[in-house]
Amino acid sequence: MLRRSFLAALAATALAAGSLPATAQETVKIGLIIPLTGPFTTTGKQLEAAARLYMQQNGTTVAGKKIELIVRDDAGRAENTARIASEMIQNDKVSFLAGFGLTPLAMATAPIATNSKVPMVVMMAGTSIITERSPYIVRTSFTLGQSAVIIADWAAQNKIKKVVTMVTDYAPGHDAESSFISQFKSKGGEVSESIRVPIQNPDFAPFLQRVLDAKPDALYVFTPSGVGAILMKQFVERGLDKSGIRLIGPGDITDDDVLPGFGDAAVGVVTAHNYSTDHPSAKNKEYVAAFRKANPGMRPNFASVGGYDGIHLIYEALKKTGGKTDGDALLAAMKGLKWESPRGPISIDPETRDIIQTIYIRKVEKKNGELYNVEFASFPDVKDPVKAAKK
Amino acid sequence: MKEAAAALKRKRAWHWLEYVFWLAAAASIFLLPSQHALLTQIAIWSLFALSLDLLLGYAGIVSLGHAAYFGFGAYVAALFAINFYGEPVTGLLVAGVAAGLLGLITSLLVLRGTDLTRLMVTLGIALVMYEIANQMSWLTGGADGLTGMPVNPVLGVFPIYFITTNSYVYVLVVLFILLVIAKRIVHSPFGYSLRAIKGNPLRASSIGIPNNLRLIAVYTVAAAYAGVAGALLAQTTPVVSLTYIDFQRSADVLLMLIIGGTGYLYGGIVGSALFLVAQKFIGNVTPQYWEFWIGFALVVIALFARDRGVFSIFERIIAALRKEKAKS
Amino acid sequence: MLTIFFDGIAYGMLLFVIACGLAVTLGLMNFVNLAHGAFAMLGGYCAYVLVNFYGVPFFASLPVAFMFAAMIGLVAERTLYVHFYNRSHLEQVLFTIGLVFMVSALVDYFLGSQQRFINLPAYLQGRFDFFGIGVGKYRLLIILVCALILIVLQLILGYTRFGSRLRAAVDDQRVARGLGINVNWVFAITFAAGCGLAGLGGALGAEILSLEPHFPLKFMIYFLIVVSVGGTSSITGPFLASILLGIGDVAGKYYAPRYGGFVIYTIMIVVLVLRPQGLFSRGTSK
Repeated sequence: MLRRSFLAALAATALAAGSLPATAQETVKIGLIIPLTGPFTTTGKQLEAAARLYMQQNGTTVAGKKIELIVRDDAGRAENTARIASEMIQNDKVSFLAGFGLTPLAMATAPIATNSKVPMVVMMAGTSIITERSPYIVRTSFTLGQSAVIIADWAAQNKIKKVVTMVTDYAPGHDAESSFISQFKSKGGEVSESIRVPIQNPDFAPFLQRVLDAKPDALYVFTPSGVGAILMKQFVERGLDKSGIRLIGPGDITDDDVLPGFGDAAVGVVTAHNYSTDHPSAKNKEYVAAFRKANPGMRPNFASVGGYDGIHLIYEALKKTGGKTDGDALLAAMKGLKWESPRGPISIDPETRDIIQTIYIRKVEKKNGELYNVEFASFPDVKDPVKAAKK
Repeated sequence: MKEAAAALKRKRAWHWLEYVFWLAAAASIFLLPSQHALLTQIAIWSLFALSLDLLLGYAGIVSLGHAAYFGFGAYVAALFAINFYGEPVTGLLVAGVAAGLLGLITSLLVLRGTDLTRLMVTLGIALVMYEIANQMSWLTGGADGLTGMPVNPVLGVFPIYFITTNSYVYVLVVLFILLVIAKRIVHSPFGYSLRAIKGNPLRASSIGIPNNLRLIAVYTVAAAYAGVAGALLAQTTPVVSLTYIDFQRSADVLLMLIIGGTGYLYGGIVGSALFLVAQKFIGNVTPQYWEFWIGFALVVIALFARDRGVFSIFERIIAALRKEKAKS
Repeated sequence: MLTIFFDGIAYGMLLFVIACGLAVTLGLMNFVNLAHGAFAMLGGYCAYVLVNFYGVPFFASLPVAFMFAAMIGLVAERTLYVHFYNRSHLEQVLFTIGLVFMVSALVDYFLGSQQRFINLPAYLQGRFDFFGIGVGKYRLLIILVCALILIVLQLILGYTRFGSRLRAAVDDQRVARGLGINVNWVFAITFAAGCGLAGLGGALGAEILSLEPHFPLKFMIYFLIVVSVGGTSSITGPFLASILLGIGDVAGKYYAPRYGGFVIYTIMIVVLVLRPQGLFSRGTSK
């Protein structure tokens, strides 16, 4: 008896040694690295909730393989992200890295992905350059330029001639500023002043006073998601709305997750972004309902669709490779994939591995007593403008 | 005089536990390959905490902004490697000297005043450094982080770029050398004069110790150590970002040192090991509660522990048990 | 121009209300309480829950926020803080940072990590023109409430029995005890009142500063600046420092937005190096 099981075990090992990829990977592991503590907790929670929701809806078996999600917190610190990523690859043998709430976190992991040939799905971080840092990076979120350029186009088409820009003084803010200005100027607009606001900035009053004194047609704003609320409240408090100045910007400033708390001050703000909780498609209605049911008190925002579509991309790639987890094969499978996301039709650009999606122009309105970004115009198939300009 | 010299020498001699510790550390190179990434970070934090121990445990200077020198060292090392030369040991030296210089200059601000003023000034220095790093994004990459730093083989022969185990060996050796040096420093007459100043500045100056000069010196050394620690992290992580220099890092290193205990050089190592291992395991189970538990641990340590960090809790428990025994 | 001035005063007043409790603990009791902002945050969240979930009128929520923060302060003082009065500053720092972490984690757990705002009644929103100065209604309210608090504080400290006991306890604890003053309770009540004021400030300031679990750390530096620049020997010192900080911060951002981030820290370092006892202290050292 003993001997028999010993032989069987031996045979099994021999088999496993012979065809390692097939049997040793009965489970395919996805390593989700996100900030769950520290100042970027909200983003991490959205990503995790959406990833889990997708797996709950679509089952955990793909192409005969069992999918396992491993979630780790990096507290928003790059050195943790890099360490966790290498531990996941080395110890947990993950086949995919995913998550990445902030640009430096993705940048720190990029060389690890290249070295180990593990596909890395960026679900949130939005700086253009990220995807160029490794041939194994695919992005399912958005790039900052997509929203900034589209809102510039829209402003130029809608009789907004003179704009003051106001961005938070950090690298993404600078990107949001320069993308908008160059696009807006190329369409004949005028940017009369560019204000940069310190990161540690509890009170926007003085900056807004400056804007009021400059009397532009519109104020273009970019702040980290969440800070926008204070700004909008003070925008209205100072009466900037009544003096005919419009408030525009990338959709980060009217983040769906926090928008309900903004109060009526936010009504009328026009932004451009890839996703709104209010997106009027059947797929999205179903998504929002399921998300809210699973996570009471949370509203899915643009971070969540990045997570949801990221897992979808991983599932589809596995289906195409028939469950094979070779990095290059997976990447080849991911390139050019097209699907219907809760945000609308999206695809992965086969050249840049970045996302191509519709960017919507939305206006904040009150519906059933809750604030929503209501879409009223759309620009289909927007590629990352920064990479497009490089060509 | 001879007796004093002999006493100093005796204090400087190695305790058997130290041999055990370093043997265990050397063994971990072979026995724990799966944990080398974590161990590397523990060793780097250990060095950083060691540098704070020089200030706090020996000179009694409380700092809430020690990350200023850590971050500065990291940026200097990264920029030096990108623009001039990518050999890591050279990078460490450059970063150490640069951070030491910054420490020398800023130490003048820290000399005066009470604990509270020092807390505020060190905090202020770190905040200003953070703002500078953020504003000069053309140089530092700002919030996007600084990438593309080349890491050549150490001394031209020992490659560490993306080789986890080699990185660990490299960091461990640096920690060992700097700890030995630190041990020499604190057991020298200079080290004893620091403790005299910590104990009673007035009395120290009345027996002829130049208080300010000694404090400037130790602050400079501590800053240089912190700079080297920052440089090590920069060399073993592909990106240098603003979190290298933020308040959280200053607070974390203080916590680690306190958990491990101050004034015996190994406190930082014990503390950072406990902190990071706990963070990893508690964090894996319930990330959102990590902050709560670390806060709880701090309160408990502050309530019951003095200089010896977690050890004094054990000591207290043992003492209490003994008392019980004696009673019965 | 005057509008900027007005905004700065409102901002400074707000800082003062939150920080004056810290001036008491730090200056009078010589306790480095980095958790002070946590009491402000708790007061703010208390008002938020009452107003937004239970429909309590905004003005009614303010005294409740005060009481809530004061009660928690009292309990914390009697059970925890009291062990630290004679400890080193370092131990006080560790203990209070630990408290901040715990409170932040608890708030995150129960109320979520998103930013929260208190629903304000319509008549407090917007602003009106007063001889060319744009006066925000809410900011005007802040100024009025804070001025009232300042007057009441001065009266209590200067003209009541409790005030003289407190001053006696601070000037010389041992003699005060010898005179039969229950110094422990005087300190406890003062501490609670300081926390209560912070809670009130947190509720009032939620609109401008915005509530989130990391509030205590985010604003800790501001409160510390107020206290360390203002000195801790009187109420007027921190008050003047708050107003200066408020106006300086607001004006600095208006006229030189690029350097707004540096100005206050640099000023703080310079003041502390030149006058470690604070700018407006009487120069007595402890």
